[in-house]
Amino acid sequence: MRATLVIARREFASYFATPVAVVFIVIFLALQGALTFNLGNFFDRNQADLVPFFNFLPWVLLLLVPALTMRLWAEERRQGTIEMLLTLPITQTQAVVGKFLAAWAFCLLALLLTFPFVVTVNYLGHPDNAVIACGYLGGFLVAGCFLAIGGAISASTKNQVIAFVLTVAVCFVFTVASTPLVTDFLAQSTPLLATIARRLAVAERYQTMTRGVISLRDMLYFASFILFFAFVNTVVIDHRRAD
Amino acid sequence: MSALIDIKGLTKRFGRFTAVDDISFSVARGEVLGFLGPNGAGKSTTMRMLAGFITPTSGSAAICGHDVATDGVAARKRLGYLPEGAPTYPDMAVTDFLAFTGRIRGFSGGELADRVDHAISLTTLQGVRLQPIETLSKGFKRRVGLAQALLHDPDVLVLDEPTDGLDPNQKHEVRRLIEQMAAQKAIIISTHILEEVDAVCTRAIIIAGGRVVADATPSELARLHPSHKLDDVFRQLTMPKAA
Repeated sequence: MRATLVIARREFASYFATPVAVVFIVIFLALQGALTFNLGNFFDRNQADLVPFFNFLPWVLLLLVPALTMRLWAEERRQGTIEMLLTLPITQTQAVVGKFLAAWAFCLLALLLTFPFVVTVNYLGHPDNAVIACGYLGGFLVAGCFLAIGGAISASTKNQVIAFVLTVAVCFVFTVASTPLVTDFLAQSTPLLATIARRLAVAERYQTMTRGVISLRDMLYFASFILFFAFVNTVVIDHRRAD
Repeated sequence: MSALIDIKGLTKRFGRFTAVDDISFSVARGEVLGFLGPNGAGKSTTMRMLAGFITPTSGSAAICGHDVATDGVAARKRLGYLPEGAPTYPDMAVTDFLAFTGRIRGFSGGELADRVDHAISLTTLQGVRLQPIETLSKGFKRRVGLAQALLHDPDVLVLDEPTDGLDPNQKHEVRRLIEQMAAQKAIIISTHILEEVDAVCTRAIIIAGGRVVADATPSELARLHPSHKLDDVFRQLTMPKAA
């Protein structure tokens, strides 16, 4: 546990050693703001809630989280530091979890910095803050899912561009899998596939949470999703350490 | 007293290519083993297997009685390893990087600070302690890698080309450092500089094509060729036989 936190701490600090942290947070906040206020008609809706904010959140995360994870392992491979890191007295799992926690904590920071939205909507009306908190938790979990996918993909390449593009693609699949466009298409031939797609998709469970519903089922889903990809990450590292 | 490093039948194949072919040797406390061989002979691959970075195809390696494959964390606790090219995190300052590896190894507080200071003074890095590693010259970077390997005063040191890229004065310093530590440790260094073998090693192993072709003291090795020069012995043993 201690070694995991040491790795997480170093990784977290490394975001701030380069302009990565600032660029990420500024672009994240600017995109969320522009989408919520302009495309989302935040004011014209005349409702004291953050529905437009949470509608756009997974799409912004889809674009930005892979930028955060693309260097996670690919950079270690390219610099050769993976050899230094993995010959320290730690297990692969500790390294994987440490890096994941650092990236997740960074996402949490970015999410918390969207607090002016909450302040605004509370100033203008009387929103249900419990629903908003629930939505934030959902966003945090979606970020965790995307990070887990990105980490596993980053571990399999030393090219950051490949890691980025593949991660966006895979996260996109898990986001749109529950949309009617996909499920209707799948249901035409085999209805079972449509059901599976909906069960596996991140988006639908997230939307349930933005409406203020937290179910044990969804929590188990998010936990197993993240753990599964963290496990894949460990296996990939184990098998392709030296390449 | 059993050997601190024990390698038995170590073999590594990459596809159909055999990089390391059934190598066995052991190193006791007080020995400095020079690991020689042409580029691509399997020196780094052997060292990487010993450090637990590459999994052997067959055979085993143990450090202080701990098998690197089945009891890797315990083995790596007793090991100081300088990977080829001395990879380090470029955006970290020298002290931050050393403190990171120290924390991973379980040091904290005053002891951590003392260890970092000691490693810095051993490798004469005092002048650059707060500089980001990426701004350092090649020789300094190498010494940062060396400081990382020495920080926890390990029983076993595995140094892959520790003097590569150093100027003659720095090379002299590193050799003196190795001589000072030799009595309490088991040390393996790989090198292309044959005079270094004469200067610091108590024993030398020459490998070619993944196999051990000589294992003797430097003076015994020198007698293998009429000229009594290690250069000539090295060429005689590692060049493909003329028809």
